[in-house]
Amino acid sequence: MKTTGLWSRFGANLTAYGSTLLFLLPVYVLINLSIRPTDDLTPPVIPSSRPTFENFITAWTTSPLPGSIVTSLIVTSISCLVVLVIGTMASYPLARSTSRLSTGTFYFFMIGLLLPFQLALIPLYIQMRDLGLLGTVWALVIVYSGVQLPFTVFLITTFLRAGVPLDYEEAAQIDGCSPLMAFWHVVVPLLRPALGTCVILNSVGVWNDFFTPLIYLSGSGQVTIPMAIFQFVGQYTTNWPLIFASLLISMVPVLTLYLLFQRYVIQGFAGGLKG
Amino acid sequence: MSSSGVEVPTRSGVPPVAKELAKSARKRSRVRSVGRDLWWLILPGAAVYLYVVVVPTVQGLQAAFTDWSFATVGAPNFTGLENFTRIFNSDAGPAVFRTLQLAFVVVVGQNVIGLALALLFNGRVFGRNVLRTIVFAPMVVSSLVVGYLFKYIFGPPGVGGVNQVLAALGQGPVDFLGNPTTAMVIIIVTILWQSIGGNMVIYLAGLQGVPSELEEAAALDGAGYWKRFWFVVRPLLAPAITINLMLGLIGGLKIFDQIFALTNGGPGNQTQTIATLIYAYFSQYADYGRSAALALLLAVGIAILSIIQFSVLRRQERNS
Repeated sequence: MKTTGLWSRFGANLTAYGSTLLFLLPVYVLINLSIRPTDDLTPPVIPSSRPTFENFITAWTTSPLPGSIVTSLIVTSISCLVVLVIGTMASYPLARSTSRLSTGTFYFFMIGLLLPFQLALIPLYIQMRDLGLLGTVWALVIVYSGVQLPFTVFLITTFLRAGVPLDYEEAAQIDGCSPLMAFWHVVVPLLRPALGTCVILNSVGVWNDFFTPLIYLSGSGQVTIPMAIFQFVGQYTTNWPLIFASLLISMVPVLTLYLLFQRYVIQGFAGGLKG
Repeated sequence: MSSSGVEVPTRSGVPPVAKELAKSARKRSRVRSVGRDLWWLILPGAAVYLYVVVVPTVQGLQAAFTDWSFATVGAPNFTGLENFTRIFNSDAGPAVFRTLQLAFVVVVGQNVIGLALALLFNGRVFGRNVLRTIVFAPMVVSSLVVGYLFKYIFGPPGVGGVNQVLAALGQGPVDFLGNPTTAMVIIIVTILWQSIGGNMVIYLAGLQGVPSELEEAAALDGAGYWKRFWFVVRPLLAPAITINLMLGLIGGLKIFDQIFALTNGGPGNQTQTIATLIYAYFSQYADYGRSAALALLLAVGIAILSIIQFSVLRRQERNS
């Protein structure tokens, strides 16, 4: 909205910077405390007088964080890839066929958006136990592939219906392309914006998810990053500088990627959540 | 979708009559010709969806009416509504109320503050892209990590950040997380700090669709800031409002991580919500039946509330 007048512009800037500072305050406390020696007990808003990297080294060497980053990477990349592939495949006939069965199937997938995962939690837990997958990354990959699917199907199907005109596929088929070739060489490249949104939303969701690994990995040696943080905090309940160092380490990968690709991430979120 | 950048090539070389003919021919045949042969592409997705979501959910529905627990050998017994009466006689009643309260306050806070920030950052603010990036950043961080961060900040006297500041200022200590009322406030503050950036971004995307000519015209007609907002901007934001309210409600009813990190339901189970209680029944008591009953309650609650909300919002969207 246009704000006229010098004073109102000044006021808008002041409010904007004030509220941003409010958002930054907890982060400042986080950084300030993590570089502080454990015996320094000055209030957390006062900058540390003897900054040290000791906490980061201790946190890195004594916590399960290093291994958990690898586990998180494996789980996130495999499950995102699986969801993307099966989601795109399923969305294509759902978007292009107008038969009643297809519409019904689409709504059947959409029910999954409403169901809280907790309802499926225990039967699936027993299932994974019987398959011997409990405590392995494969349990997580299977669970995420299913749980993230409805949203992915929703995004890609709506994108296909609204944003990819049929003309291209028809032209390709007239030129002698088989339906499958038209799908692969014509439709999939056109889907790039929607696929990007899916990758961003699914990977952030899987990367940060705590509840699922808490159930399916607990008691095993394998941990994802949120699980590693959970265990580490349980171990050092009151050593906040050390805990904060571990929190910061855990935030580095995702924040780095976010800052590098912030335009795409924000667009992806806005576009994806808008549907 | 705001980000879709699909270019449609112009077919200038085709005479208009031929175009019309081609169009009508296509209308008849396209439904059959494209995509129908590829129905089998749906199979892998459908199989995974059935295996991971549908079948376990149905089993979970059944489990809600049994005495299934860790100790059960063989098939669990059907117990009817006993799980439900038992959970409501213990912790579930207050937890249901608390979950609704939490979701309501979070949704209102997210939308009021998120919209205000969006309007602010949509205006002429110096370096607004940097500010947006900062405000949105908590959205990509783990909720558990955010929970622990705020657990320290509002920690008990002698430990917590705010309490140390209070002490330095000569004020008395406050045990924020030790008191159920203030603990709920801290939970809400934590969730809002993390999620408002997301709401802001959706409103910002909505504001992009408000043509500035429309606002200028209203301004020329003498409409002040509030009138312009209410009569010009707000109706055009209706889809963004719908999405934010729907997502906020569904997310708000399911909140787990932050509560788990901040209070783990305490003190004295006074910050338990349905989501944390489900986990407590599962992990502490291994009482699968009661845990499933609670999950069923949550599912039904979410379904009913979101259907009501959706139909109300749709009607308002149409009217405005």
